[in-house]
Amino acid sequence: MSVGEFKPLVVAFCCNWCSYAGADLAGTSRLQYPAEVKIIKVPCSCRVNPLFVLRAFQKGADGVIICGCHPGDCHYSTGNYYTRRRITLLYSMLDYLGIEKGRTHLEWVSAAEGVKFATVMNKFVEQVYELGENRRLEDWRCKS
Amino acid sequence: MQELMKAKAQEMLSNGSVTRVLAWKKGDFETNPEPAFFTKHVDDMVYNQYCATNLSNFMVGVEKEEGKTLVFLKPCDTFSFNQLLKENRISRDKAYIIGVGCEGVKVIDEMQETGALLEKCNVCTKIKHMVYDELIGEDVTRRVTDDPLTRFKDIEAIEKMDAGERFAFWQGEFSKCIRCNACRNACPPCGCKKCVFDNDNYDTAQKANVTTFEEQMFHIIRAYHVAGRCTDCGECTRVCPQDIPLHLLNRKFIKDINALYGEFQAGADIETLGPLTDFNIDQDAEPSIVYDRG
Amino acid sequence: MYKIDKDNLPELFKFLTKNGTDVFAPVRKGNQVNFESFTDEVASTLDLDTLKTVRSPKDFVLPQVEHLFDATIENKQIKLETSPLADKPYVIFGVRPCDVKGIEVLDNVYLKDPVDKFYQARRAQGVIISLACTNPQQTCFCKSFNIDAANPQGDIAIWLINDSLNWKSLTDKGANLTTQVKHLLQESSDIDEVEACQKDIQLKIDALPYSRGLPLDKFTPDKLLEIFNDARWDELSKACIACGTCTFICPTCQCYDVKDYDAGKKVKRYRCWDSCMYSDFTLMAHGNSRNTQKERFRQRYMHKLVYHPDKHHGEFSCVGCGRCVNKCPSSLNIVKVIKSFEVDN
Repeated sequence: MSVGEFKPLVVAFCCNWCSYAGADLAGTSRLQYPAEVKIIKVPCSCRVNPLFVLRAFQKGADGVIICGCHPGDCHYSTGNYYTRRRITLLYSMLDYLGIEKGRTHLEWVSAAEGVKFATVMNKFVEQVYELGENRRLEDWRCKS
Repeated sequence: MQELMKAKAQEMLSNGSVTRVLAWKKGDFETNPEPAFFTKHVDDMVYNQYCATNLSNFMVGVEKEEGKTLVFLKPCDTFSFNQLLKENRISRDKAYIIGVGCEGVKVIDEMQETGALLEKCNVCTKIKHMVYDELIGEDVTRRVTDDPLTRFKDIEAIEKMDAGERFAFWQGEFSKCIRCNACRNACPPCGCKKCVFDNDNYDTAQKANVTTFEEQMFHIIRAYHVAGRCTDCGECTRVCPQDIPLHLLNRKFIKDINALYGEFQAGADIETLGPLTDFNIDQDAEPSIVYDRG
Repeated sequence: MYKIDKDNLPELFKFLTKNGTDVFAPVRKGNQVNFESFTDEVASTLDLDTLKTVRSPKDFVLPQVEHLFDATIENKQIKLETSPLADKPYVIFGVRPCDVKGIEVLDNVYLKDPVDKFYQARRAQGVIISLACTNPQQTCFCKSFNIDAANPQGDIAIWLINDSLNWKSLTDKGANLTTQVKHLLQESSDIDEVEACQKDIQLKIDALPYSRGLPLDKFTPDKLLEIFNDARWDELSKACIACGTCTFICPTCQCYDVKDYDAGKKVKRYRCWDSCMYSDFTLMAHGNSRNTQKERFRQRYMHKLVYHPDKHHGEFSCVGCGRCVNKCPSSLNIVKVIKSFEVDN
């Protein structure tokens, strides 16, 4: 890793139907959100396996955010209800293991919420900047 | 009690009502009985406070075989049996279950008693058999604690630490891991045919913990994959050659599930949906609750 | 012969570490004793009384994970960067006689043609200080493999008598180290004391349940097929849950797997211990040659009791340390296997 100012990598898992469209809307509305965010499109937020989150950290992410449709609006009716339970338990476990809470986040963003998407990303990236480099869930092999 | 069990087993084997008996077999020492199948004679069968193995797990192995199996289950083992039943990994009609009483399982080191009982036995609340055809000596089962929350004491202690201390604590524990996979293999609900950590088609396959990350990943995922299905049978902690308190991970999920989605005991019955295969539209907490806890 | 007080050991270790030698010694953490790198912090938890460490000293000559090389692509060329060979001297202190033999078994595999360079380099740096077993345990069966717990091998042998260590160097390596630390040792000629201790150990060993002789003569290479096809393997392997506990804590289990890790900008090739209990052990392009747990289970014992002796002049690759007896989740172990072959079919 190059020596210099810390520039985080933030992975955002966005569901195809709402959040990804929300990101699109943010783009077409020319709203600014940080370039540190790398979006990975998933069919539904419940496609996000806990391994995805861990692997993102392993491969160098400093923060992971999951975005899905608002509860009740899931394209598959119930997907995000499962997400809600699963991710709550996962984040709680990461916290229990001593991983900084600020590195993980979940937000419901609809296709119409371009502004929300940009705001959420700005805020989250700022938070990750404050936490600094991910040290506790890192794999040194991927960093050198 | 052992004699009653042996007599019953021998009787059922002889009259052909079962094809095999799954129980514990005498070892070289009194303290190391092994799980075993008996098909003719049960002379070597034993039952004492060293019979630790949760036999439910071995029922999966004989599911595809002909005939009925007589299996002896301690009260806590019956929860695992139910859980396996619920997941259709075993069938009820292929088992004749004799529930046996349990006075707690003793911890052995170098074949000597250490004077302690297994961690799970010290906080045991599972004193009733959940599923059985017959009971033998069930009245010896002792009640250890009236407070079902006793088992969460250690977890609360960890939760009270700050994040740095928690991290250091778990690093200390995880760094002991030699990836023997005993915790995974001894776990009844942990039952994937091809574990994600064994599957060469993914680069999550690992044979050793190369970095500290891989230690964390294995243990988070192992516990997570059985979240909502773990009956807290304590086999993972018992079999760990490195003495890692693995139950602290599983029980954390149980504690969270109880607090957020209502009291749930995996294996208590075979109908209730597991907490991670169910949801409550209006009442489920948002993940942000983790951050609000302070 | 020399002597050193048990309480002065930390001083000796400090001297060595200061002079660039790593010291690994048995240290107690919670309920467990394992070889740990010596630092000031662990000085108070040194434990020479517990007989067996959970992990064997194999860790230091054949680490669980060893990086072999990094591969990167530069200007469309693959560039390989080999990992450096071990070059730091180290001392393993308090190795039990069975574990010393365990390392000898590994030597016979890794130092024979083709020589394993990583192993060779690491082995050359190490000095083994062995410790006689003043209090052997019920699970010990080293006597069956003709290992003398009263006469530890290695580079330096030690007998712990009344809190003082009787020190005797056995090899040139050991003599060199002894010279290096001579100022911390006292000359001694208490041969009688050591001999009494040895007698005492031998008596204790003879009284152990497993010392009454295991039918090892049943396992000879000429009966390979007969043993291989024996029906008893079915029964024996039934309780095996296919974990790798026995193989990973075993001082002689030596199989490894070579793996690549894609770290994004480079590929890291490493080797790590493998276990014959695992479903992907010796998995090849055509599939697996051992598809059932019975076959994998059999492989472990056939290797230890038949294949290895066949290739190494009758030397079994079990040293009777008893770790598997103590730790198997299903109470299976090599003793049960050996005993079950006592009677011919």
